[in-house]
Amino acid sequence: MELYFVFKEWRLTVYMDGELDHHTASQTMRKISEKIDIYLPRDCVLDFERVRFMDSSGIAVIIKAYHKMRQAGGRLWVDNVGKQPLKVIDAAGLDRIINIGENAQ
Amino acid sequence: MKAVNYMKLEIPSRSANEAFARGAAACFVSQLDPTIDELGDIKTAVSEAVTNCIVHAYPDAIGKIYISGKIFEDGTVEISVRDKGCGIEDIHKAMEPLYTSGGEERAGMGFTIMESFMDKVKVRSALGRGTTVVLRRKIVSRNIQNERL
Ligand SMILES: Nc1ncnc2c1ncn2[C@@H]1O[C@H](COP(=O)(O)OP(=O)(O)OP(=O)(O)O)[C@@H](O)[C@H]1O
Ligand SMILES: [Mg+2]
Repeated sequence: MELYFVFKEWRLTVYMDGELDHHTASQTMRKISEKIDIYLPRDCVLDFERVRFMDSSGIAVIIKAYHKMRQAGGRLWVDNVGKQPLKVIDAAGLDRIINIGENAQ
Repeated sequence: MKAVNYMKLEIPSRSANEAFARGAAACFVSQLDPTIDELGDIKTAVSEAVTNCIVHAYPDAIGKIYISGKIFEDGTVEISVRDKGCGIEDIHKAMEPLYTSGGEERAGMGFTIMESFMDKVKVRSALGRGTTVVLRRKIVSRNIQNERL
């Protein structure tokens, strides 16, 4: 999983590129945590446009990032989510607690 | 019902094999001309079952994972994922949404996702001997879907 970080006006955007499964999850979470600790953003956006696959290991990553942002008094958004990850997010009921933006296509 | 095709696969429980296992299952199913969504569903369910073997069945060792696939005359696909790991004490409890023995790295949603993405999920397990998860899904081939339109 490749991660690109952009920090602007107190918003940290994480552009994620790859497949989010158990193999890639712990490193992905560690890198996102590090950046949240460095920048202390008001909003953190996980941009899923290039996440081609996600399973329940990705659910745990989103929940952890959500709690981390909440603890710091900030908000978490998940944006540009494609069909397959969205179905997993819905099946896990995550859409009820986290702001999810769908990919327009 | 008679299987018209089958495959068997054995892999060590290394996390690098997760992507391979779900990709191999998707390739096998491709001969039924599934939709992208159907392929995504099968990949997701297989990824959950295989990850469970790696994380739960063999927590501190590398063990063997046996994956087999069957295609039946009516277009039903059956993928089974078997391990010879620790086994599950209470299958009913394990399959409840949010139940996990895995701490905060895990969401406890694997079985819930398998059940919502497949037509049928069967689990057999014996403590100390291992677990078998059988995933079933009927593929409605795109040709047939188009004819109905
Ligand atoms: N192959 C297996 N061998 C032993 N125990 C298993 C196996 N598969 C599942 N389990 C048990 O069933 C529980 C529930 O599994 P499930 O996949 O639903 O959630 P999880 O793996 O804990 O979390 P997630 O899948 O969301 O990462 C596991 O926590 C584990 O205790
Ligand atoms: Mg699981």
